[in-house]
Amino acid sequence: MQKKISEHIIEACIRLSGFLVIAFVFLIFLFLLKDSLSLFGVYSLGQFLFGTNWLPVSEPPKFGMVPLLLGSIYVTVGAIVICVPIGVASAMFIAEVAPTSIKHILKALIEILAAIPSVVLGFIGIVWLGPFLRTALNLKTGMCGLTGSVLLAFMAMPTIISLSEDALVSVPKTFKEAAFGLGATRWQALWRIILPSASSGIIAGVMLGIGRVIGETMVVLMVTGNAPVIPVSILQPLRTLTATIAGEMGEAVSGSEHYFALFAVGMILFIITFLINFAAEVFLRKARK
Amino acid sequence: MNGAKMREKVAFIILGFATLLVVLPIILTIFYIVRNGIGSVTWEFITQPPRNGMKEGGILPAIIGTIVLIIGTMFFSLPLGILSAVYLVEYAKDNTFTRLIKLSVVNLSGVPSIVYGLFGFTLFVGFLRFGTSILAGSLTLAIMSLPVIITATKEALESVPYSFREISLSLGATKWQTVRYCVLPYAVPGILTGTVLSLSRAAGETAPILFTVAAFYLPRLPHSVFDQVMALPYHLYVISIHVPNMPTELKFATGFVLIVLVFLMNLVSIILRAHFRKKKLW
Repeated sequence: MQKKISEHIIEACIRLSGFLVIAFVFLIFLFLLKDSLSLFGVYSLGQFLFGTNWLPVSEPPKFGMVPLLLGSIYVTVGAIVICVPIGVASAMFIAEVAPTSIKHILKALIEILAAIPSVVLGFIGIVWLGPFLRTALNLKTGMCGLTGSVLLAFMAMPTIISLSEDALVSVPKTFKEAAFGLGATRWQALWRIILPSASSGIIAGVMLGIGRVIGETMVVLMVTGNAPVIPVSILQPLRTLTATIAGEMGEAVSGSEHYFALFAVGMILFIITFLINFAAEVFLRKARK
Repeated sequence: MNGAKMREKVAFIILGFATLLVVLPIILTIFYIVRNGIGSVTWEFITQPPRNGMKEGGILPAIIGTIVLIIGTMFFSLPLGILSAVYLVEYAKDNTFTRLIKLSVVNLSGVPSIVYGLFGFTLFVGFLRFGTSILAGSLTLAIMSLPVIITATKEALESVPYSFREISLSLGATKWQTVRYCVLPYAVPGILTGTVLSLSRAAGETAPILFTVAAFYLPRLPHSVFDQVMALPYHLYVISIHVPNMPTELKFATGFVLIVLVFLMNLVSIILRAHFRKKKLW
């Protein structure tokens, strides 16, 4: 059977599209790597990775990423501490406790949360949450790590809740029925049987949530106070890896050390999120089995 | 009531309380923006350019800019996303190349938006010399939207029953004819839903457009794809951080318009989904 030329063309396009998806990942990696490596021609890798000062415009400039990495870690840990227990508990409520009608409303609300642009949450942080936390906790400034953590916890909620809920719902019904048959209450079945069985899927959701929190830019840029110093507490102004790129790229002269240092920060972010997402994927595969 | 029943009751109340902690702030946030914003959203606000250092006038250029970027993003990401999903579902064999594509999709969905911004800046703005332009911004947002479109299309294609393909092939149709006439039409609803959703995300993103397209203040409308534009999310960022003495009502009003735009797109996607689900034939 003879294929038409047009069919050959369209099939070539289809293969090309598949190929392009791979190419984009390589291009992102390559372009980040190229510009990051330019930094290490003039600045030592050790000082970048372990330096404790980020002073891009001092003389000589210092590009130690430790303060930024710690800033990211502080904010992320804060967000996870807030959103994992609340998120998993909500998922349990939605999956096992709520009646069907309420379930639909709750799921719709969580979809709405996922749709709110991060810049709007950042704005809420500036006009309301920051000042509120400042008065409530008697802080010097509301623009601090905690404000970022709270907002990021909300941004990660939809990911964590929907994946945990999927995991809980996909636990075979027979598990629950067996538990009921042995006289367990609904709570005992949920806590001792369903939750442990769904753990892989829940961990995957938490991992993806962490990935989302580390990579989020606008919220932390707007509300964490932009202080590139080694943070002592989450109640202080600090600055994350992402906010540094977003905040300084506009001023960095193209081709300068500063410019390359920002790409090196981007490279670090790329590697961190790659590892986290890879781990999440491994847990997801385990959950599907 | 025995102890186990009591514990169940307490536990369920705690779970319900946790859910309330998630849901209540969502409602309050929306309410807060709407209540403070809606009063300043006048006809003038959405049809006039900003005046007097953005402290007066409207946000028309930012609205137009965001719409242009949505169209540009769709132009690049829709064909590419659909074709790669078709490849994965209909053509791919189980080999290293296929696994690499799947891994790439997972990886792309995890790349932080600011890293897309950096990448778009070096590749499109610098290396390919598009400059800070609609073209560079749309391409950056398009690559960012790809994973969602691919995943949605893939699911839509997979949900078309296998027998459709077998019947078409057994009647002598070629592979592509089968895909084009017997699979894709039935996957359209799923594809549309995913696309609209991913475009609504792209519309609300700020980080990828920071260095690739967004203009701080540009009252005129764009003439070509090599122009810069203002964009709603970036505009909200600028007026909340970088413009001193900005009237608060205008910030809320801008946030309100952005939220309405994003929610409208989500609504379209939900309606599409419901509409096609009713018409599903199998």
